[in-house]
Amino acid sequence: MSYKITEEGNISTVFLDGEIDMDKTEAAKEVIFPLIDAGKEVHLNLSNVQYMDSSGISVLIESHQKALEMNNKLIVKDVSKSVLKVIMMAKLEQILNLE
Amino acid sequence: MSNQQSDLINISEKKDFLVRSSSLKDVRTFSREVFEKLELNQELKDELVLAIAEAAQNIVKHAYKDFPETDDRMVVQISCNNNKLEIAFFDNGKPVEKEKIKHRAIDDIKPGGLGTFFIQEIMDSIVFKEGNKPWINNLVLTKKL
Repeated sequence: MSYKITEEGNISTVFLDGEIDMDKTEAAKEVIFPLIDAGKEVHLNLSNVQYMDSSGISVLIESHQKALEMNNKLIVKDVSKSVLKVIMMAKLEQILNLE
Repeated sequence: MSNQQSDLINISEKKDFLVRSSSLKDVRTFSREVFEKLELNQELKDELVLAIAEAAQNIVKHAYKDFPETDDRMVVQISCNNNKLEIAFFDNGKPVEKEKIKHRAIDDIKPGGLGTFFIQEIMDSIVFKEGNKPWINNLVLTKKL
């Protein structure tokens, strides 16, 4: 998994790349959580993530809940068809902020 | 999740993997290669690869929870006979306590507990077979294609 972060005002956009599984979740959290803790509105761009398993879904849930605790929000953007299917299987399409 | 397939070739392939989270990518690669031979449609392939990866993840996460640095190997065997897919997993980790296996309530939104739910959603049956020595755990997933 690789990533890139762009900043615009208080919005940090994280572009993740690769496959997000149990082996990559800690790395993903280490990228996302500090931005949420810093009070940023985090946009997670998943256009280059072609595979995500239950561990990756857990990162999305944890990030979403952490943002809410900070009175902020996490937006999940440009989700690939294959990852959207997993999000829908987890019945999270109404819970996460998808754009 | 119906994905009716035309007649498929009969096939049986297996491969062993070090029981580590870093092996999960290799498990997916192996699975995709087998499903390429079966010429399954992309949507079904994605589902099956997810189910296999979740089951392998459960071995790493639960059966070997106390042994993250193990050198043990797990075996994944994918067989298709008469359009019935059977995926077997073999490991020598902690014996599975079948009665404790359950996914979380799907409307209880919290991290974790989704892997088993995904497997149940995708596959037709989930059975732990006993007495398949020298293995301690032998999970078998099936699906009619």
